[in-house]
Amino acid sequence: MMRKRKNAESATLDSSEGAIANKETEGLSQSQIVFGRFLRHRGAMISIMVLSFLILTVFSALDKKIGPLKIPGWWKYNTIDQPDLRFEGCPEGIVGCPTLHAVPGFLGGKNFGIGEHPFGQDDIGRDYFALVMQGAQRSILVMVVIGLVAGFIGTVIGALSGFYRGWIDAILMRFTDFIITIPVIIIGSVIGFHFGNLGVLFLALYLGLFTWTGLSRLVRGEFLTLREREFVDAARVAGASNRRIIFKHILPNAVGVIIVSVTLMMSGAILLETALSYLGFGVVAPDVSLGLLISQYQDSFTTRPWLFWYPGILIIIIALCVNFIGDGLRDAFDPRQRRQMTKKVKKQSVTLLNKGAKNV
Amino acid sequence: MIAYIWRRLGVLLVILFGSSFILYNLAAVSGDPTEGLRGSTDPRAKQQLFALIRNLQLDVPPPARYFLWLKGILGGLTGNLDFGKTRDAHAVSLDLASAVPTTIRLILMSTIIAVVLGISFGIVSALRQYSRFDYAMTFVAFLMFSLPIFWVAVLLKQYLAISFNNFLANATISPGWILGSSIISGIFWAGIISGSRKKVMIIFSISALASATLSTILSATKWFADPGLGPIILLALGVGVAFSVTLLSTGLQNKTALRASLAMPVFGLIFYYPVQSLFDSYPGFTLIGEMALVTIAIAIATSFVVAKIDRGPILRTTIITSLLIGLLMLVDKFMQTWQPYMQTDAVNNRPIPTIGQSNPLLGDDNFWFTSLDTLVHLFLPTIALTLISFAGYIRYSRGTLLEVLNQDYIRTARAKGLNERTVIMRHAFRNTLIPLTTIIVVDFAAIIGGAIITERVFGWVGMGTLFNKAITSFDLNLLMGVFFITATLSVLANLVADLLYSALDPRIRVVSKS
Repeated sequence: MMRKRKNAESATLDSSEGAIANKETEGLSQSQIVFGRFLRHRGAMISIMVLSFLILTVFSALDKKIGPLKIPGWWKYNTIDQPDLRFEGCPEGIVGCPTLHAVPGFLGGKNFGIGEHPFGQDDIGRDYFALVMQGAQRSILVMVVIGLVAGFIGTVIGALSGFYRGWIDAILMRFTDFIITIPVIIIGSVIGFHFGNLGVLFLALYLGLFTWTGLSRLVRGEFLTLREREFVDAARVAGASNRRIIFKHILPNAVGVIIVSVTLMMSGAILLETALSYLGFGVVAPDVSLGLLISQYQDSFTTRPWLFWYPGILIIIIALCVNFIGDGLRDAFDPRQRRQMTKKVKKQSVTLLNKGAKNV
Repeated sequence: MIAYIWRRLGVLLVILFGSSFILYNLAAVSGDPTEGLRGSTDPRAKQQLFALIRNLQLDVPPPARYFLWLKGILGGLTGNLDFGKTRDAHAVSLDLASAVPTTIRLILMSTIIAVVLGISFGIVSALRQYSRFDYAMTFVAFLMFSLPIFWVAVLLKQYLAISFNNFLANATISPGWILGSSIISGIFWAGIISGSRKKVMIIFSISALASATLSTILSATKWFADPGLGPIILLALGVGVAFSVTLLSTGLQNKTALRASLAMPVFGLIFYYPVQSLFDSYPGFTLIGEMALVTIAIAIATSFVVAKIDRGPILRTTIITSLLIGLLMLVDKFMQTWQPYMQTDAVNNRPIPTIGQSNPLLGDDNFWFTSLDTLVHLFLPTIALTLISFAGYIRYSRGTLLEVLNQDYIRTARAKGLNERTVIMRHAFRNTLIPLTTIIVVDFAAIIGGAIITERVFGWVGMGTLFNKAITSFDLNLLMGVFFITATLSVLANLVADLLYSALDPRIRVVSKS
């Protein structure tokens, strides 16, 4: 309601931008506007496609056991198989080189093909593609769990202290300060080193318990401003309970900030997990994660660089996609942000203005 | 104000107390330092176990032991700070005293470079919003955000250090590289300056041609094997510096300022040879410091002679110009040291190391050698840390400047007819720096504890290494020592940031009530 009135006001101001914004958002709900803006963010759209393709590939590649149910993966090897080390086609003295080839035929290559071991083999012959897929599964899982846990805690704490203020706010924010003082990598290492062997899910849960601080401060700030707005007063006068005000009136307005910062937190989380695994405080062998793979094979970079390249590139692709999606979401949710005016839109606005001038 | 600071400090103490208590107990319950010894069948193990328990007071339960540790820390108030003992029974404070300077040396340079580069790219990117350059910078920033530092470090070692050392063997640049680098520099400058298609093409060709010529000359003279500037190039670079500083600081139409700052490269030329002999006869940091003071004095004297009125901006311009030219002279000295340094037995013509913080084989009798040695050892870690951290500054300074440019006072400034340089540099840029300053302070404090991975990859023995050791060997006192330093720095940095914010921005007043 607020927004509509605002749009109407800005239209009467007769600025061309206002006119365009009004025309674009005519008869649309807030979420439709945001969604529309998000769909137009090219970087975010490409990232979503890449990321969903990647996630589908990664999670369907290997055999999976859920209880008694066994879902076969599409990839022929798993992480324990040890086929013979391949040496035909490799440079002199090197075994297990990758068979992935993508040089087109007219350039003297063999066109695209994945071959027997697309990412090569590690030192004892395990298929590296399977290992990388397993590692990516772990890393994505950690990323999502940290995002959910930290997002939930951060939102609850921020919302409570922002809405109730007073002593609740004081206690919760001092508590947040405690956690902020301890650098995440220190707390992560202490936790990871001692609980890392309990499994990757446990590690992610624990890390999530310590990475919510930034979000809670943001949400608190958002709640502090939103609770002073007229529509909250109106709801209170109409007799709405605190619970209703929080969930029906404030939270939907703060959801943009929450979603954006959770997304960006997730891209930080995947780097945190890989960094901890690299230091040896995260996921530990025999389990596999992308950071662990890099750390295990960094010394073999000069002789067998593929062991180093593929996990690193996968980390970068995942983090990059998540970052771009976060950026797209921020652009979509932030009403202050105006999109670039393309030539077509500018032309439209000029004709619109002219029409308006004639009518006057 | 004073009351506010005291109140904040009080809160900080409480926070530090709380978080150290949490961490101490968390770390204490999560691992047992005697585990290795208990399982051992060695007859001496029992004795060692007792010694360890006595040393670390392990017979006291963790929450109570925390207060014993706290007592040692609070001893700092009366002058005998005690961080406790490590497992090897030597004082934690000694370890910390050697680790802190190492870490600061590691991160200082990269922070400065990241801040300068990040802010300049961010500002150009904001001024060219939605241009190709802006999109490229956004992409680069996101790419940097997504890079794992340990991965970049290995690539840097391989492709920068080892390849560069190989390249130095004959120091000639291959035609492919010359072509590639000149095209890249052409695209870069065309992207920054932008404009009509014709202008872009002209800028592209000029900068590509210039860079191709430059690299051909550098290759033909084998400059990288024996670099140096010499008085003539120094003069040319100095004139360039004088022009750019004047352009940014007062604008070229201020002839007095331009004349004063152009005098600086001339002074540089005059003093070139005397300075060289000074460098050789009295090497050391005191000389460099004294010379910086003399440089500033010359700059002040010149601006007093040249300008009769409105000395402030001219003073600023000459001082910045003269210091930059002084820096160029110092760089020139290091370049002259390069070849002799490379030919020493310790270096053996492979100057860029991939690991370590200094070359142990190199004696410490020659100041210029040891300084250059420190610099080349800083080379790779600095690049790695810069790559990781400057993305944040790009994004942040871009965002802030865009926000500032939308303010009413910018419109007012434009409306009253100020030129674009004044609007950007004096009205917009200064206000952009306010939030940036606070971010930089907090970041710097955070990175002291956060260079753990960089230290590990490049084999530096700083705070990160201590921390690593503390965790893997269950060394609680060491861990708490590292934590105490990083946490104190980070809360202090937050306080300093808040105070700076209110000092820089008069709209914000600190209030001494909650």
